[in-house]
Amino acid sequence: MSKLKVATVWLDGCSGCHMSFLDMDERLLQLAELIDVVYSPIVDAKEFPDEVDIALVEGAVASEDDEKKIRKVRAHSKMLIAMGDCAITGNVPSMRNPIGPEAILDRAYIENADLQKQIPCVVVPRLLKVVRPIHEFVAVDVFLPGCPPSADTFHTALTALVAGAPLDIPALTRFGA
Amino acid sequence: MSENMDVRTLQIDGHELSARAGQTILEVALENDINIPTLCHLEGLSDVGACRLCLVEIKGSNKLVPACVATVHEGMEVTTNSERLQKHRRTIIELLFAERNHICAVCVSNGHCELQAMAQELGLTHISLPYRNPALTFDASHERFTADHNRCILCTRCVRVCAEIEGAHVWDVMGRGIDSIVITDLHDDWGKSSCTRCGKCVQVCPTGALFDKSKVGSDHPKYPDFLPYLNLMREAR
Repeated sequence: MSKLKVATVWLDGCSGCHMSFLDMDERLLQLAELIDVVYSPIVDAKEFPDEVDIALVEGAVASEDDEKKIRKVRAHSKMLIAMGDCAITGNVPSMRNPIGPEAILDRAYIENADLQKQIPCVVVPRLLKVVRPIHEFVAVDVFLPGCPPSADTFHTALTALVAGAPLDIPALTRFGA
Repeated sequence: MSENMDVRTLQIDGHELSARAGQTILEVALENDINIPTLCHLEGLSDVGACRLCLVEIKGSNKLVPACVATVHEGMEVTTNSERLQKHRRTIIELLFAERNHICAVCVSNGHCELQAMAQELGLTHISLPYRNPALTFDASHERFTADHNRCILCTRCVRVCAEIEGAHVWDVMGRGIDSIVITDLHDDWGKSSCTRCGKCVQVCPTGALFDKSKVGSDHPKYPDFLPYLNLMREAR
């Protein structure tokens, strides 16, 4: 059996889900027998590949760039896993929603700045009005809640998904876990 | 005929049970170890049917009834856990999550929250409804406690415990429908209200909406089990 191509993607999140993924430690070696990580913040590939078997997405959709990325990931992935609370609920990034991006940017770059008071507008992507979970943009196949999901949760879930075995997610994890 | 003789027999989920007249379906279910999910019910307080999670089916009726405020009848056949009911219960929890700003990861009640636990129990892994993201306030004017309306599910346990057990009736509900919020006195700051500082409302709150300021992180389990004991001791007097 050829190895499954796995990608991990980092949108608006703290990277804690990726850290927890790495916390699988030596179990990553066993997983590496079954999967190839073809795209990730922790590997070199710069372009999302054309065909991916499993894509794990951390983070909410908060900017125009995030939206473009999640649509591309969906188009090129057989299975999309929403990894962690930000991807699933908006979580901490969504706490700006009742306030709005203008007020947030103003506080960070104008009010609290001593010098060069200006809101960044080149290179950095424009923020969306509302931070939303990824399933409000594209179809999600598996939801793995947690902040972050534990290494054990990752291991149990990925082992089952790679093998096509049944998976009882609420028994493993929950929002805020 | 004495009150104790006034027996009703009924079926809950196919089990033949007997109950006293005037008991609610929920009481009888609990007595017989039949689990009906609830968020607004709490042993020791009156029932108001606010959360609608305890809706059950009664044979011969199309209407769903809240088990916490429906009394038993002779020959009643109750179903507590059909697929239809499970679907409604999941939707109710999804509505609660979508309605306000519940960010479990940064909540003092993370890991001790009845809403969070209920979502897990009902198998929810995401909220399929769009989040409303309302701009809501919190009241930190009290020296000991904080009220965060972002996390309130309007179960009204605080209102009932304050009125029925503490006898102060500082808490009540203001507004209508989705705009309702719990308030102290006539929407005064909690810290300037007639609050007796007993903290019962904090202990019965199922989420992190009412919390003790001395608690940090998510180290805030609540202990609502004092209520039945308190009532028992008062009855014994």
